Amino acid sequence: MSAVFDAVIIGAGPAGMAAAITLADHDARVLVLDEQAGPGGQIYRGVEEMSLTMPELFAALGPDYAHGDELAARFRNCGAEYRARAMVWQVIPGEEAHEVWVSQGGRSSRVLARSVLVATGAMERPVPVPGWTLPGAMTAGAIQVLLKSAGVVAEDLVIAGAGPLVYLLAAQCLAAGARPMAVLDTTPRGNLTAALPLLPGALRGKGPGYLAKGIGLKLALRREGVPVFSFVTDIALKGTSEVTDIAFKSRGRPLWLSAGVVALHEGVIPAQQMTRALGCAHEWDDVQRCFRPRTDGFGNSSVEGVLVAGDGGGIGGARAAEHEGRIAAAEMLRRAGKLDDAARDRLAAPERRGLAQHLAIRPFLDRLYAPPAWVRAPADEVMICRCEEVTAGAIRAAASAGAQGPNQAKSFLRTGMGACQGRMCGPVVSEIMAAAHGISVEQAGYYRIRPPLKPITVGELAEAELD
Amino acid sequence: MFRRLEDPRAEIEFDFEGRPVTAREGESVAAALLAAGLRGFRATAISGASRAPWCMMGVCFDCLMEIDGVASRQACMVTVTRGMHVRRQRGAKALDGAAAPFDDEEGDFA
Ligand SMILES: Cc1cc2nc3c(=O)[nH]c(=O)nc-3n(C[C@H](O)[C@H](O)[C@H](O)COP(=O)(O)OP(=O)(O)OC[C@H]3O[C@@H](n4cnc5c(N)ncnc54)[C@H](O)[C@@H]3O)c2cc1C
Ligand code: FES
Repeated sequence: MSAVFDAVIIGAGPAGMAAAITLADHDARVLVLDEQAGPGGQIYRGVEEMSLTMPELFAALGPDYAHGDELAARFRNCGAEYRARAMVWQVIPGEEAHEVWVSQGGRSSRVLARSVLVATGAMERPVPVPGWTLPGAMTAGAIQVLLKSAGVVAEDLVIAGAGPLVYLLAAQCLAAGARPMAVLDTTPRGNLTAALPLLPGALRGKGPGYLAKGIGLKLALRREGVPVFSFVTDIALKGTSEVTDIAFKSRGRPLWLSAGVVALHEGVIPAQQMTRALGCAHEWDDVQRCFRPRTDGFGNSSVEGVLVAGDGGGIGGARAAEHEGRIAAAEMLRRAGKLDDAARDRLAAPERRGLAQHLAIRPFLDRLYAPPAWVRAPADEVMICRCEEVTAGAIRAAASAGAQGPNQAKSFLRTGMGACQGRMCGPVVSEIMAAAHGISVEQAGYYRIRPPLKPITVGELAEAELD
Repeated sequence: MFRRLEDPRAEIEFDFEGRPVTAREGESVAAALLAAGLRGFRATAISGASRAPWCMMGVCFDCLMEIDGVASRQACMVTVTRGMHVRRQRGAKALDGAAAPFDDEEGDFA
């Protein structure tokens, strides 16, 4: 059996990279695994390559993106072992060490770790509207990925949704010379009034910087004359074999635009797959309407030796993710016997202050961009499970027929049994079940997730190597 | 539809259902096919509806394609390489392990 790593980090986004740098600085033996081709995670996707090959676009994406290039460079030089295109499909908690199973280039192998840091980030909340399964319907993040990692932009793009990423994407498209045809802002009127009392809190710490950036993005759109429709509801994508139009209401008025590509976005939620499969306890966030793994102040989950940092533990943004990564690193150093409690606390203290500064704006943002009711209670005819093609109405019917929660819905309808393993329907199915039975989403619960987290061929499984 | 920004990366060619497609080194199969104008990437097993990439980050599995003979790979997560063979599939893996090709030869590939 080969040596046990002090820490194995899953995910090379801001949280994972920052944790790795701190661990390596203290001479810990650390391995970072990420399924992407390079480090950066979602926000800094493709950052290394773009800074080299497309310097103009790199500059256009601004200083926040450039920060990712510096972070990636420090990560590359920190001494941590890093494997790209390495997909972790199972983690088995153990007494002495945890087993981490990883697939790379069609071969699977196992590594052992004293501590495992889950830094797998967020995913975009599913946006179930009529027509969201048509080719041409994508997420805002998908349009960003195309821009950042392939230099590909949409010609006839309408961006519809709510949250900071909507305006960021619009501005990034403009900076790349690809003007969006329109932005449809779905922030409900009621969110503005509910968020207002939280504004003073958002003026603390780094809040003003975030607010200024947000206002700047909106002003840039106005300056460039991109039409922005507000209080948008009743979105429906039209087309027979692909998106050709989008129908919606703005301030109650029915409208219609033609569009070949529609980017939908209703915020990001922690990617639960890994922490669920590990058996970590999760809690429900009633404002953001999402589950997140329960952690203590050091990132420890309910499973001994399994820590969580970054957006996978609750949405805080990229800078908060770095601080959380370094706090978790301090705890993993203690677990590895490299720091005592006092030294760990000293290492974590400035990170906690930094984290608080970046989180000051969150209560305001969370309330302002709380998902509208139609995201969690779609009309009966809307497809919820994209893989098995199950509608909201069918899920409600299963609830009336006796399905108590998501796992029973699964056995009634096969929801969550398709290729995506419930990633796309899970959040909505839990909401529908809770509403149907008049219980909280926490009580309704979530799918049980079993490994492998992504399909592995039988051949790969048979040839898997121990160490 | 999508278009490419000016891009100094090396061009490579791969095979999409017998047709040559030009891609840029380092990008995903899905990005290359979207840039080339492909709209429908697969047909679902149940209704046969046309689907295409939704998330581009490995979450939705709507980009599943047969790549170099292996069915149901995530086209958004696989880096395109020179000479690669890519096909659409209907449903999941066919029983013999090969993807069932579309029967309409034209597809909706622009
Ligand atoms: C699509 C998308 C786009 C976003 N764009 C922006 C943006 O432009 N600006 C912004 O401020 N915020 C953005 N965000 C918010 C973003 O979540 C955070 O700002 C930041 O990226 C969080 O950092 P992180 O380290 O927690 O996770 P991430 O940056 O998401 O990194 C997680 C990493 O884990 C890897 N991973 C996941 N599962 C596995 C596995 N099983 N095996 C191996 N590797 C795995 C992923 O490949 C990824 O690289 C975006 C979020 C999403 C979902
Ligand atoms: S596009 Fe969603 S998994 Fe590939």
